[in-house]
Amino acid sequence: MMERDDEQMRSLLKQAMPPMADEEPQRDLWPAMRARMTARPALPHWFDWALACSVLGFALAFPAAIPILLYCM
Amino acid sequence: MQDEVNDVLKAFRVGDAAAFETLFRLHQRAVYGWVLRMVRNQATAEDLTVETFWRIYQGHARFNPERGFEGWARTIATRATLDWMRRQRAETELTADVAAPGGSDPGVAEEIRRKTVQAFGRLPPKLRVAAVLAVVEEVPHKDVAAALGISVAAVKVRVFRALRLLRRDLEEQGIRP
Repeated sequence: MMERDDEQMRSLLKQAMPPMADEEPQRDLWPAMRARMTARPALPHWFDWALACSVLGFALAFPAAIPILLYCM
Repeated sequence: MQDEVNDVLKAFRVGDAAAFETLFRLHQRAVYGWVLRMVRNQATAEDLTVETFWRIYQGHARFNPERGFEGWARTIATRATLDWMRRQRAETELTADVAAPGGSDPGVAEEIRRKTVQAFGRLPPKLRVAAVLAVVEEVPHKDVAAALGISVAAVKVRVFRALRLLRRDLEEQGIRP
């Protein structure tokens, strides 16, 4: 019974999602790769630093709130 | 020829950019094809191919030439795909172009097909990848296991769980496979 159910599901899945044909990328991906390699690493936005400092300050001022913050994350 | 390939692999391992470009051009099609089988979307597969090679480029020092490049690249591509899937909302994945190549069996009603694809998109990424490779693409279990870094038995368990969850999801929608 279980095996028959399993086969039915396999069959249904294969009918709903036929195998992908062997395809090539539609464009040369090397330019995108090279751009990624030469891009300067992005620095965090000033707002991210401000937010991180605020959270750190809050945690230092109210250490009892840390478990609550972790629970909310 | 083999000596040339070995030289390229050794040069890549020490961070040679030209060797990396050679490997990229040699293997981009294979990596793209592998990713496409999992994500079933050309644009996403292209992005993830670049992401995979970016990780390969960054991890060149960890590459072991004796273990071969293709298997290593496939493992990294699978991890990159899993990371991407985890970032996606289930509802937005595997959408309209999922069944584009080859077309669907007309015997399967469109509604059932659509709900099956949607339910499949709601599966946890680990189960989804194992099932799409092993069941839909009929990739040998040992190759799926190698790409996922797990045992063949674990692949079978993931496929079994995926099919069971899929069945349950469809039954909740009133579809009895």
